[in-house]
Amino acid sequence: MPPELTPPVPSATLLLDGAAIDRILRRIAHEIIERNPDLDKIVLVGIPSRGVEAANRLAAHIENVEKRPVETGVIDVSMHRDDLRRRHRIGPVMPSRLPTPLDDRTLILVDDVFYSGRTCRAAMDAISSFGRPAQIQYAVLIDRGHRELPIRADYVGKNIPTAPDDRVFVRFQNVDNVPDAVWIAKA
Amino acid sequence: MPTTIPANTWRHKDLVAIEHLTAEEITFLLDTAAAFKQVGDREIKKVPSLRGRTLINLFVEPSTRTRISFELAAIRLSADVVNMSADGSSITKGESLKDTARNLKALRTDIIVLRHSSAGAAQFLAERLECSIINAGDGSHEHPTQALLDAFTIREKLGRIEGLNVAIVGDILFSRVARSNIHLLTKLGANVTLVGPSTLVPREFEEMGVKVSHRLDDVLETADVVNLLRIQMERQRKQYFPSLGEYTTLFGLTKERAARLKPEAIIMHPGPINRGVEIDSNIADCGRSVILDQVTNGLAVRMAALYLCDVARGMAQGETN
Repeated sequence: MPPELTPPVPSATLLLDGAAIDRILRRIAHEIIERNPDLDKIVLVGIPSRGVEAANRLAAHIENVEKRPVETGVIDVSMHRDDLRRRHRIGPVMPSRLPTPLDDRTLILVDDVFYSGRTCRAAMDAISSFGRPAQIQYAVLIDRGHRELPIRADYVGKNIPTAPDDRVFVRFQNVDNVPDAVWIAKA
Repeated sequence: MPTTIPANTWRHKDLVAIEHLTAEEITFLLDTAAAFKQVGDREIKKVPSLRGRTLINLFVEPSTRTRISFELAAIRLSADVVNMSADGSSITKGESLKDTARNLKALRTDIIVLRHSSAGAAQFLAERLECSIINAGDGSHEHPTQALLDAFTIREKLGRIEGLNVAIVGDILFSRVARSNIHLLTKLGANVTLVGPSTLVPREFEEMGVKVSHRLDDVLETADVVNLLRIQMERQRKQYFPSLGEYTTLFGLTKERAARLKPEAIIMHPGPINRGVEIDSNIADCGRSVILDQVTNGLAVRMAALYLCDVARGMAQGETN
């Protein structure tokens, strides 16, 4: 029996359960392997907090398939956001961790939800203060549309049509202490 | 690597006193400082968080190291910084603090870092101005960023604060560093002992939830942290003890005393040190001395304080970036 799933807000409906999330991440791992023949060059860089968890899981899947270690990193975007003061509360700022030097490396940015594109822009800005990677790719679990910047993802777990006021919730056991799931609450 | 999200946040536009903060807020600020410390390791040691903001270092009482630390912190956050000291300003011409502040407000200043000889000066401005006020020391009241950087350093070196035995030694009576440290350490669950001659460490301090000792030798073997405060020679301390030599004999951290500390114990000092008075010169430079780590961490803590207060103010005032 799978564990009972409780929605984060009463009106939310389930989009993906833990098994579906796992299948998606395994598929993205294969796409990353296919597109990056030299896996020594790649670094899976998570955007806190749930992007870090997703990056760690992608790394584990790739290691499982290819039987070789894959480097991971963390890039915090809070210091580089252009919409910080529009938000509702100040979130935690986590230390960033990237390998040095970045030259010749391919960074694969990993986030849970792709929305306006402002997080990705801030992440690229933050990365540039560490050095100049050979390439940056972008992997997301959910693409919910409504881009405000000319940015697209290289790897998309699932496209979900949403209204701007809808809320999408990604939950990971290791981060949120509830079973893995993706929920949507219509406005 | 755990990625659990802390549930806490920060809502204050000002940082005036540790006394007004909760343990959760202090921990949130220290966690934020850990992220800002890492900015110093980047190829480009600068982030755009405070781009377009104006910060004025208003140092009515002189200080070089605190002012430079705040100045560098603001520069690393991309703020524009103007330094103002009492010398050569209208303050020496008799302008009141309120009038000075009103002028700074009229110049659309976003943040004022205030060092002042009167206790309560920072609170006075915080209540009257919309901009963020950061207290960089107000009389004998508080010096919150010093206590935060001390706590950050303890946590970094020893992994925790709760349950540790912290001895604060020396010139405590009028010390804002000691007051802020006492508030912070007791809120986070450390056992604090104040050590010094009875003239500088009266028993009344016990009301703040700390122990008082007049013998350094009694606390050496149990202390995890020894924080030595500077004897403030410029403040006519001579009437409080017979001579500097006698102070050193009784309360100086000599080589012999340092040898009795636990192997993992750390030695702290807010600087500038009087070598051979509070601390033996060799001990100040030894491996367990974290005095220069405190300086490095001061920058990170001040970046975090400026960032959190500025963002909290921006949110409250409905700013859009």
